[in-house]
Amino acid sequence: MTLPPPRTPKIENRESKIAPPAPVRTLIEITGLDFYYSEKKALDDIHLRLPEKRVTAFIGPSGCGKSTLLRCLNRMNDLIDGTAIRRGSIKINGIDINRPDVDPIELRKRVGMVFQKSNPFPKSIYENIAYGLRIQGINTKSRLDEVVERSLRGAALWDEVKDRLHESGLGLSGGQQQRLCIARALAVGPEIILMDEPCSALDPIATAKIEELIHELKRRYTLIIVTHSMQQAARCSDFTAFFYLGRLIEHADTRTIFMSPSNPQTEAYVSGRFG
Amino acid sequence: MDTAKNAPENPFRSRGGALVWRERALFSLFRAATYCILLCGALVLGNIVFKGAGTVFSSRFPFVNTTFFTEAPETLHVFEYEGAAHRLGDRDYRAFRATETARAAAEGRPAPRFTNEQAIVYSAGGILPCIVGTLLLVAGSMTIALVLGVASAIYLSEYAKSGPVVRVIRLAILNLAGVPSIVFGLFGFGMFVIFFGWNVSLMAGWFTLAFMVLPVVITAGEESLKAVPRGFREGSLALGATKWQTIRKAVLPCALPGILTSSILGIARVAGETAPIMFTAAYVVRDKLPWQVSEISDFFFQGVMALPYHIYVVSSKIPQNEHTERVQYGSALVFLLLVALIAAASIILRARLRRAYKW
Ligand SMILES: Nc1ncnc2c1ncn2[C@@H]1O[C@H](COP(=O)(O)OP(=O)(O)OP(=O)(O)O)[C@@H](O)[C@H]1O
Ligand SMILES: [Mg+2]
Repeated sequence: MTLPPPRTPKIENRESKIAPPAPVRTLIEITGLDFYYSEKKALDDIHLRLPEKRVTAFIGPSGCGKSTLLRCLNRMNDLIDGTAIRRGSIKINGIDINRPDVDPIELRKRVGMVFQKSNPFPKSIYENIAYGLRIQGINTKSRLDEVVERSLRGAALWDEVKDRLHESGLGLSGGQQQRLCIARALAVGPEIILMDEPCSALDPIATAKIEELIHELKRRYTLIIVTHSMQQAARCSDFTAFFYLGRLIEHADTRTIFMSPSNPQTEAYVSGRFG
Repeated sequence: MDTAKNAPENPFRSRGGALVWRERALFSLFRAATYCILLCGALVLGNIVFKGAGTVFSSRFPFVNTTFFTEAPETLHVFEYEGAAHRLGDRDYRAFRATETARAAAEGRPAPRFTNEQAIVYSAGGILPCIVGTLLLVAGSMTIALVLGVASAIYLSEYAKSGPVVRVIRLAILNLAGVPSIVFGLFGFGMFVIFFGWNVSLMAGWFTLAFMVLPVVITAGEESLKAVPRGFREGSLALGATKWQTIRKAVLPCALPGILTSSILGIARVAGETAPIMFTAAYVVRDKLPWQVSEISDFFFQGVMALPYHIYVVSSKIPQNEHTERVQYGSALVFLLLVALIAAASIILRARLRRAYKW
């Protein structure tokens, strides 16, 4: 296995970097979003611009709507009865994803998702990754082989599983399963990858591997991760958004959020003084 | 160090008394009840095996009574002739009579007279058409029930929005499960036999039986679909699969073992019920085997003999005597074995599937 590039301890490093980071293009633009589960308002007037090829972390206490917002971005909430965006819009690359001529199926191919509980299908490792292509009608062996290898390499899993591609994906360890799910998401060629607490069920070593991977992935993908771990947010995100009770309280680059938040609630939360 | 003298008093000592005794009494009672059931089961099974084994098995190679499995039922002729008792099936009887008559004629004697002659219907020969008929009925009706049942289970649990309509449908399914089988028989008769004009036929029997087990299959299907972890669905949908692709490729394979498990109960019921088929599909006797038809379409619109109905006929529709027991218990034993065999086959199939799609 090749060694991962040394990780830059972000918070400390940034202090010395006086020059502002190169301007980044906004990929996702959320304006005035109100989201409802039936009559229950879960998101209230969210305004948020997420930069391309950066990692943004969503943090906040349980129930504040992080997952809800994340699932709005690939329209997974469509699957829950009674959900509705009553106001506002989400634009990806300038296109409102809730427009009637946007097909959520096509959207989800571009906006991949990794879940809290790793959920490989009860199929072989190979078939898990090929799944996303097979449903698009791609069944050519050579093409599948190629994508499987590329995705597994992309998820830093290839070396560990290359000899057992045809064994069940459920035979892998928890961390490997989660990376398998990441590989599966990579296989369909997304632009954005959403991760909802991807490490919350993993031990510290597996977590470290995923964090390394996140670091790798942001070269080519825009990542949004929900996390309950302040350290994780600090370690692997470029920007952090803090939510509380369905509202976006503060959004800034990670260093600012952790070192000098402008909102007292954010300050209380990141310093662990939150009830 | 510790000696018995200075050891502390044991606080965990049993208090004994009424509580312990009540506990023991209760458990003995439960155990007795369980053994009682076991005993009943053993008695029923033992009785059938004991009385039927003589018909089904034989002491000589190949240790099964092949006639019983390869021939159609015949009339049994019991008579005495020239001081000897004879028990012959219909064809043998005719042959015997013909040769004896010819011999008597050749020797110039009057035609032979058999004394104490009795003819007992269906008590000779075998039960091949019944076995075939039952297998056909089970296969056809389970196919229909699985297709319809899984389809509606998918609709109900994956597509239908919960509301009054779905509640009514569920209520209807529950009601259907409580309907006595004879009512299904009457329904099938009115609907398929008369109204659709299918006559007494495999088709009519298939659909009647399928409707009878449909509630079991639907309920099983829904339960099994619900048991599939939500992660599989979300994982699939998040990859850009359509709902149907998700169901077809990620959900259904995982639910199938569960559906099959519960359907095994359905198989036993389909194979065993007499009432639904007696107006719709079963013939008391039929000379031809089901595949002896001139056209393919005739295959579906022919009546068949069936094991449970045959048992019913030979046990209650013909005069009972010591000669009828052979076929009664023989058929019952074959029937039990057949159901066990079908169940075993589906259990093996289920195990295969489960190994492939275990989570
Ligand atoms: N399917 C649902 N139906 C109704 N309400 C829901 C549903 N899912 C979430 N909610 C509610 O919406 C609010 C936001 O939930 P969400 O899951 O987005 O929180 P979260 O920030 O992800 O919390 P956690 O950190 O615990 O995952 C909560 O109050 C929750 O109760
Ligand atoms: Mg959440």
